Order: sequence, then structure tokens, then C-alpha cells
Amino acid sequence: MTWDWEFTGRIIPDLLNGLAVTVQATVLGYTLALVLGLAVALVRRIPVIGTAVFAVMEFIRCTPLLVQLVFVFSLAPNTLSAFTIGVAVLGVHYAAYTAEVYRSGIEAVPAGQWEACRALSLPLHRTWGAVILPQAIRRVIPPLGNYLIAMFKDTPLLFAITVGELMYQASQIGGVYFRYLEAMTLVGLFFLLVSVPSAILIRQLERRYAAV
Amino acid sequence: MPQSDPRTSTGTHEPLIRFDQVVKRFGSLTVLDRLDFTVDAGERVTLIGPSGSGKTTILRLLMTLEQVTSGVIWVGGEPLSHRYQGDRLVRANEKHQRRVRKQIGMVFQQFNLFPNMTVRQNITEGPIHSLGISREEADQRARELLEMVDLSDKIDAHPAHLSGGQQQRVAIARALAMRPKILLLDEVTSALDPELVTGVLDVLRTVAETTDITMLLVTHEMQFARDVSHRVLMFDHGRIVEEGPPEQIFGDPKEERTKAFLHAVLD
Amino acid sequence: MEFLIDRLPLYLSGAGTTLLITLLGAVLAFALAMVVGVMGTLRNPVARAIATGYTETFRGVAALVLMYWMAFAIPQLVPYKIDALFAAVLALGLNVGAYGAEVVRAAINAVPKAQVEATIALSMSWWRRMRAVVLPQAWAQMLPTFGNLVIELMKATAIVSLIGVSDLTRVAQEQRASTGETVAAFTGALIAYFLIAQLLIVGMRLLERRANRRLGRPVATGFLALLRPPPATATGGGRR
Repeated sequence: MTWDWEFTGRIIPDLLNGLAVTVQATVLGYTLALVLGLAVALVRRIPVIGTAVFAVMEFIRCTPLLVQLVFVFSLAPNTLSAFTIGVAVLGVHYAAYTAEVYRSGIEAVPAGQWEACRALSLPLHRTWGAVILPQAIRRVIPPLGNYLIAMFKDTPLLFAITVGELMYQASQIGGVYFRYLEAMTLVGLFFLLVSVPSAILIRQLERRYAAV
Repeated sequence: MPQSDPRTSTGTHEPLIRFDQVVKRFGSLTVLDRLDFTVDAGERVTLIGPSGSGKTTILRLLMTLEQVTSGVIWVGGEPLSHRYQGDRLVRANEKHQRRVRKQIGMVFQQFNLFPNMTVRQNITEGPIHSLGISREEADQRARELLEMVDLSDKIDAHPAHLSGGQQQRVAIARALAMRPKILLLDEVTSALDPELVTGVLDVLRTVAETTDITMLLVTHEMQFARDVSHRVLMFDHGRIVEEGPPEQIFGDPKEERTKAFLHAVLD
Repeated sequence: MEFLIDRLPLYLSGAGTTLLITLLGAVLAFALAMVVGVMGTLRNPVARAIATGYTETFRGVAALVLMYWMAFAIPQLVPYKIDALFAAVLALGLNVGAYGAEVVRAAINAVPKAQVEATIALSMSWWRRMRAVVLPQAWAQMLPTFGNLVIELMKATAIVSLIGVSDLTRVAQEQRASTGETVAAFTGALIAYFLIAQLLIVGMRLLERRANRRLGRPVATGFLALLRPPPATATGGGRR
């Protein structure tokens, strides 16, 4: 059996639908990871609670996303859609990573900045909102961008819990027609088409923010 | 390009090192400007001059860490980074350069010992793997050299656990282990705390007194330069301003530029 | 608890498979990372283009997609069926190797230029320079990121359960399906994964200590220091 162009043309619409779901899951999951990660990074600074939160995050980071997905999917009530569960688990899993990025970004702000805030008697919300976070954010943009690409490449795992993303569409097509070559190759190409330009973009961001 | 071909010169007095119209540019900056000079075998020559005058570049060109922009450097009658193609000189490949530079050793300002090797390994690495000397012989030589630099007890130490002065003495032993004809010393005491300078200079005095290795030194230690060198070259803007025996250069400089420089560094 | 104690042999054999795929994948990834990473530092434009092509391609495609492609698409092209385990190891090794190659390249380029100059002054050959000076020094810098990559590789092995390999994840799913005890079945697997991760972290930390000691750097001692999480760098630990 060799490559069938006619078949390729027929399956492209289905795959594009899958790609749309992949992108949606990535965007929503990433937004959750960004917000939750920042919250975790801040909570980690509180004694005791911070340590407990850290332990949970460490556990999440040391266990496979696939198992977490299937586990939560099996436990969740039927009222929640597979897509919702997928996005939530993706977001929480990646929050464990983004939290570490935020933390190192905050720790990289020179101690003199904190001292200056104290010397000016700035209230806490100004210290964080006007001084520390704006400086930390600059440092964390490139690594956070890397995690966006990483998450995008992890979305095929959602097909294990029947989310209709790209990989799911491809395996459905393969199952129905007993042809995997075209669909799987296209999935690979779609991923390359998105990840390679994004990786180049991130590298440019790194260069731009390197001179902090 | 070369003015004369040493293969045709009948004189018995071929210098060990000869710079022939050497130009070195970094971008638009000319560091060496059509430089001519020679060094005889066994001679010890000190290069002095303000920073940026091209002294270090001369050593780096000889070590092939940099390549000439134009002109030819001759070492022992052989072009260093060129080779003959018929009668013409063309750029030589890495293999040729590796062969010619085996006669040359260098000691760096920042020592550049290999942190992943012990003192012994640092000293025997080159002899064993570049010169093909047996491990026993290289080891024996390392012991002798360490005795000379007074660090016999540090033979199995890591460089990171030595003081700067000790590291530099190991670096000198490492360079000498290659039995070079020419030793290049690039501001070897500049990175050292003042109290460690004497030990390193004493080692170099011993080398100067007990061997006939040709030395090119870039240094700010004027007293040391005066003691060990046969000749001093004063550089400015990539050219030799004045040259002569140390007594004359330090005692009775002719050029205004030399006087001003010596006045500045000797305070 | 009783649920897990009864099924300990099953989970242990699943963990064994997970560990085996992790180790095989790591060996392949390491070999690829070293060869391609060194190629990326060469002056030869062909070698550099091959290195860039490899890293961009295999970093860009998820291991899962790659594994499915090898397991299902390749048999359609050639009359040859790739064993599921082999496809998994190949996919994971190629994927993680691409990240590793970037780590190796960056670590080699970070070796001070002065060290290379010292090798020139000692007339060392290119091979000897890499073997005796550059790689041993770059090694200490690669190890922390390699540690993160090994953990990521271990976690990624869970995908083999999707093509029928009986790893930890597969065991957990089968036990859940046959008993309906979702929480116990998956908790057992998650704990096993966590323990394997700790084992790998301790192992990598021991390698780091040895590498730093060889460079004459001070190293933390004691067992607790081995378990401490790696200092997170703002670069995301090599994972992109």
C-alpha cells in the first residue's frame, strides 16, 4: 500500500476539525496553567501551607499526565464533558511547572528591590503589583512560552479520554478505513507546522528578554 | 607577502622566529601593522607597551590561536600558518599548524589548567597524547618539573584546590613538559595576588638560567623583564617604537613614547 | 490497601516494564544526544544542518504521535510490522534525544574558550580535546538537565499502554476495568511512578556529585541532599 492522495484530501476536513479542538484545549489549558501556577507560586511562600502545596505539585510533576487524565476521567461525574476534564487536568499538571518558573522569576528579582520598597514604605499590593511582579514577568516570558509549546505537544494524550482532538480524529479514521499512513503523517506534519515556527518565535523572545 | 624565501637564503644565521610584514586586523581595527621583527634561538625578548598595542596578539598569532590577516610568520625556517604550493605560499591546514606549533608552548594569564584533571594529568596529557611519549617517561618528567616549581606534594591535587600562584606554577610545568623550543608567557602574573607573584617569577628565573628555551614575554613586571631579557621591544599602535637591550630601554630610552610609557608604569 | 497488597506482583511487573522502557529509551536518547549535540558544535555546515534538522523535527512532534506513526503507519509502507515495545522505545528515544542534543550542544559551547586555547597550546587533536577536556567539563553542566529529561522520559513511557504494552498504566487500567476500584487501582500506579521518579532523581544526583567532585568543586553530602528537588532554572529545565 502506498500514499493515496485522494484519500488524503477526503480526511483533511476531519483532521482540521480535530486541530481546532487541539488548539482550543491548548489555549484554555494554558490559561488555567498560567493563573493557577502564579497562585501556587505565591501560596508557596506561606509557611506550612506552602510546603504542603509544594509536595502535591512535586507529586503531580513526578507522575504521568496520561495516568492523571484517565484517573480523573474515570472518577468524574458524567455531567462533565471529556473536553472539560482534559482541559482541567492539563491546566493543573502544567501549573506544577509554571509555578516553578514564576518562583525562580520572583527569586531572581534582586534583594535591593525589596529593600527599596521597604525604604519607601510601599504597601504590600504596590510592592508586588508595581515592583516585583513586573520585573519577574519579564524573566519568565520565554520559559513560559516553552511550556506553551510543550503543552500543545501533550494534547494528543487527550485522545485517551475520547476528546475529539487531532490525534483522536486520526485514530478514528485509521480504525474505520484501516489506513493509518495518511492520517498519522498529516498529524505529525500539523504538529511540526505549529511547533517549529513557535520554537523560533520563543528563541527570539529569549534574545529580546535576555538583556534584562 | 614575504620579501625573501629562507630556502634560498644562504646565510647560516636564520632566526628562530621571523615576522614578515604581518598585519592583523579585527574588523576595522588594525592591531598589528606590517610588523617585521626576528627572534634568535635562545633569545629572551620582552614586549612592552600600553594595552591594546598588539603585544598579546603577537603571542596568540605564534600559538595559532589567531590567524594573520596578511604577511607570514616563520618558525625555524618554516612558515607557521602557510605552506608552499609550488613557489607560492598558501594558507596551511590545521594538520600543518599542529606540527609546527609542537615546538611552541604557552603560559596564559588565567593559567587555563584543566579542572577535570589532576595536576599530574594536566602535565602528562600533552606529552602522552600529543607527542606520543610513554606514560612512565611522561610521569617521570612531571615529577622533575613539579620539583622544579616546588609543588611535588601537589601532584595528585585538583587545580581548584590550589592557589593562583600554585596553579600558574603548574601551568609553567605543563608548558615545559612539551619540551618547547619557544615559550610564550602572556602576562603570567597579572591575575595573581601581589604576594604570589614572587614565587612564579622565581620559577621563571630558574627556567631562564637553566635552559636555553627561547622566550617571548609580555609582562608588566619591569624589574623582572630587566633581569631576564636580552632584548626589549616597545610597542605602540601595532608597531615597534623602539628596541634595545633592557639597560638601554629602561635606563636611557630614546623615544618620547617609551619615556612616557615607562614613566606611567614605573610611577 | 489490601487491594494493592493482593496485586503487588502485577504492579511490580508493570513497574519493571516501565523501568525497562525508560532505561532503553534513555540509552537511545543519550547516544543520539551526544552524537547530534557534538555535530551541532562543528564548523562543517552539513553536520550542523543534519543536527538542526533532527532536533527541530523530533522536538516538534510528540512521542505519542511518533509512536503511533511507527506502529501503524510504517507497516502500511513496508511489509514489516514493528514490535510495539520497539516502536515505543524508538519514539521516546528519538524525541528525548532531540532535547538532549540541545543540552549537549549548549553545554559544549559553554566550556570556556580559554580551555580550548590551552588544548591548542598543548597540540591536542580535535578528538583528544573533546574526549579529555571539553566533554568532561560539559558533562557536569549537562547532568542536571539530563536528570529532568530522564524524569520526563519516564513519565512519557505511560503512552506505551495505549498500544498494548503491559506497563504500570496498563496494569492499573486492567485492574480498574476488572474490579471497578478506580481509586485504588490508579493510586497504586501513581505511587509506583512517584517512587521510580525518586529513584531516578537520587541516581542522577549521585552522578552529579561525582562529576562535580572530579572538577574539584564542593559537593553537598548526606542522603537528604539527594532528595532535594533540583534548583529550578528559568529555562524550564530543558523541556520545551
